[in-house]
Amino acid sequence: MDETSNTALNGPTAFAELCRETWQESVRVEREGITERLHCARDRLAALCEWLVTACEHVFVTLIVEEEGAEWRLTYVFHPPTGGIFAEVVLRFPVSEKHVPSIASTIPAADGHEREAADLFGLIFDGHPRLGAFILHDGWPAHALPMRRGFDIARPLSRRRTGDPAEPSRGLDAPGAFAMPIGPVFSDLAEAAHFRIETLGEDASRIALRFFYKYRAVEKLAEGQPVSRVQLLAERFSGAAAFAHGLAFCQAIEEIAHVTIPPRASVLRAILAELERMRSHAATITGICNSTALAVATSQAAMIEEDLLRLSAVLSGHRYFFGMLKPGGLALDIPDPACREAATRADAIARRLSRLSRLLRQSSSFLDRLEEVGATSDAAALLLGLVGPVARASAVARDIRILFPYAAYAETPPEVPTEPQGDGYARLRVFFREAEESARLIARLAADIPPGPVFLPEVSPRAGTAVGAVEAPLGAAFHFVRLDAGGRVLRYRITTPSFANWPGFQFAAEEFAFQDFPIILATFGLSNAECDR
Amino acid sequence: MTRWVWEGLKSGIRTTRYPAREEQTPGVSPGRPAARSGEEARRNAAAGVCPTDAIRASANGSVVDHRHCIHCFRCVRSDSSAVDWQAGFEWAGETEPERMARRLGRLFRRSLNIRFVDAGACGACMGEVRQIDNPYYNIHRLGFFLTPTPRNADILLVAGPVTRAMRHALRETYEAMPPPKRVVAMGVCALSGGIFGPSAAAGGGVSDVVPVDVMIPGCPPPPLAILHGLLVAVERKPPQPLTSLAEGSAP
Repeated sequence: MDETSNTALNGPTAFAELCRETWQESVRVEREGITERLHCARDRLAALCEWLVTACEHVFVTLIVEEEGAEWRLTYVFHPPTGGIFAEVVLRFPVSEKHVPSIASTIPAADGHEREAADLFGLIFDGHPRLGAFILHDGWPAHALPMRRGFDIARPLSRRRTGDPAEPSRGLDAPGAFAMPIGPVFSDLAEAAHFRIETLGEDASRIALRFFYKYRAVEKLAEGQPVSRVQLLAERFSGAAAFAHGLAFCQAIEEIAHVTIPPRASVLRAILAELERMRSHAATITGICNSTALAVATSQAAMIEEDLLRLSAVLSGHRYFFGMLKPGGLALDIPDPACREAATRADAIARRLSRLSRLLRQSSSFLDRLEEVGATSDAAALLLGLVGPVARASAVARDIRILFPYAAYAETPPEVPTEPQGDGYARLRVFFREAEESARLIARLAADIPPGPVFLPEVSPRAGTAVGAVEAPLGAAFHFVRLDAGGRVLRYRITTPSFANWPGFQFAAEEFAFQDFPIILATFGLSNAECDR
Repeated sequence: MTRWVWEGLKSGIRTTRYPAREEQTPGVSPGRPAARSGEEARRNAAAGVCPTDAIRASANGSVVDHRHCIHCFRCVRSDSSAVDWQAGFEWAGETEPERMARRLGRLFRRSLNIRFVDAGACGACMGEVRQIDNPYYNIHRLGFFLTPTPRNADILLVAGPVTRAMRHALRETYEAMPPPKRVVAMGVCALSGGIFGPSAAAGGGVSDVVPVDVMIPGCPPPPLAILHGLLVAVERKPPQPLTSLAEGSAP
């Protein structure tokens, strides 16, 4: 990723030494770039992963399942709390075997990843209490495992509906208890998702989430495709964070190709990424105001969002930055005066946001709905592996821009605001403070844009793997790419902040008043398109 | 609370004058490719820069099928362009222009209830459709309202390629609407499946599941294009062709 951070890591690292000391012969350590790979046998997996998160305080990132010929290759990705390097636990075993020990009981952040792999690959995670009907809940034929090599995604499956979706198990057993289903078509303009709230009348005692109504098999569609085609998918599977995800994909390709993009492209990428963050946060703030039925504030925030969309279109031609990125840089140069003008406008918008924030702070009826509502402690945020603004509102000061600096963030690091309370109001404040910080970053970046080209004429992808990491508006996003020698994508795995944060919402909303449900939902600002892929 | 009233009043009227007047504020629309005539355009179109085959060669130039254009800009940012880039946002067209019997009728022109269904839309279509309710676009002034229940709805507005899991929900929503009812599909995914469908996981657009009356191309269609589509559905604006042909081509 970043060449300078590599130099210090040449030779056996302290981490590798510690690993050898602790695990002797049972774990083989290997280094490639900024990644320490730990190869182990299946019976050691759970203990090794537990050691990583407890003794080494590593953060679980994702689980990547690959089917390579006659072998499964499972990669559990971690990074130390200070970032900089990745630690990958790699497990290989014959494709005829399906059983893997589950690590979700010690690492709850891995829960969703194991459930996903069970649905899409047919793996069985021994010890996991609830496998199945996670992504494929709407009567997929049992034999259709969409991520297996032999599955042809281009051929439509039988459209016959095989019964109703599996009902999640009931958790509340008391006289008068009832379950209220919400979705997948609900509210005025809500994304497709289903919530089943079990209640005794006042509190949402238990909330069951059924997502992946929007599962488009993006990762499968990418397989066998050239990089230029997958770029379109990376930008479009979650349009609200198109630039962030497109950027993560480009970074992975650039790392595989061993190229460093021109400095001008780095700075422009950071400017556009911050503009997207501002717009996304403005949208979340609009949603929070709307959830409390504060009409004027909703209107003010929505106008700010629209102004940022218009500014984005003036700079890049597209309101969501579609088509701006390509491996090796940017598809379009933005002249310096236009960047400075954009910085001025972003600053004016940030001042409107500050004013809105001040007015909201003085509205006691609004604060009543947010303060101490949907609280997530820092311990819970860490355990569940929450990321982004939501985690930072629970005092978890992690930001990929600091942990794995990309674009121009090494030279122009952002200030990362945190709040300690972890409630809805803390999340709102973090969204405001980050949007304002983005405007300041844009001003700093636009003040000194290096001259030169904005793309490398030739980026020739070759065989290899890489993880592109970015801080998307809603949190950490990791795009794992494996290319074959011809530059085609063999495996694409997208780990998104919305996927990581939904369990946090469930945790926050349970045992809270029923009417707080939509408000807590809005303060998490999550996207189903981004989660479902 | 009075502070909020004052804050709202102070903002003044920010609403677009469209459809009464043109709207040309920079950034309201990304624009889109338009066919170009001439041998060079025909050759470039045949060379195939367009990743979704929205641009093809015709007898006397290029032709653009807007139901497939995903706004990747590769056509205009390549050295050998086959198209012109055209500003504007009045993009919506009818699927079967001759189907007079399918019109909603005069009663609905200024009182229309819309049920939106997300059938696998990415965040961009979601973001744009949320904007039609804000002060800049304010659909209420046109007599258009979003309704949470299909029982009250006259128009079903759908975005997304229709994922496998949403097929049933979309059909049930349509069936829950009382007649007369019309379907407006917005965004390229909803028109043709876009880059996601048809596949095992996603469909080839809304018309696979329910009959579509008005199509709004764009990836995503900006809020004004969505307004235009709704106005077309109630015959307050004329529909536009869904393909762009080079001058002199027979349709």
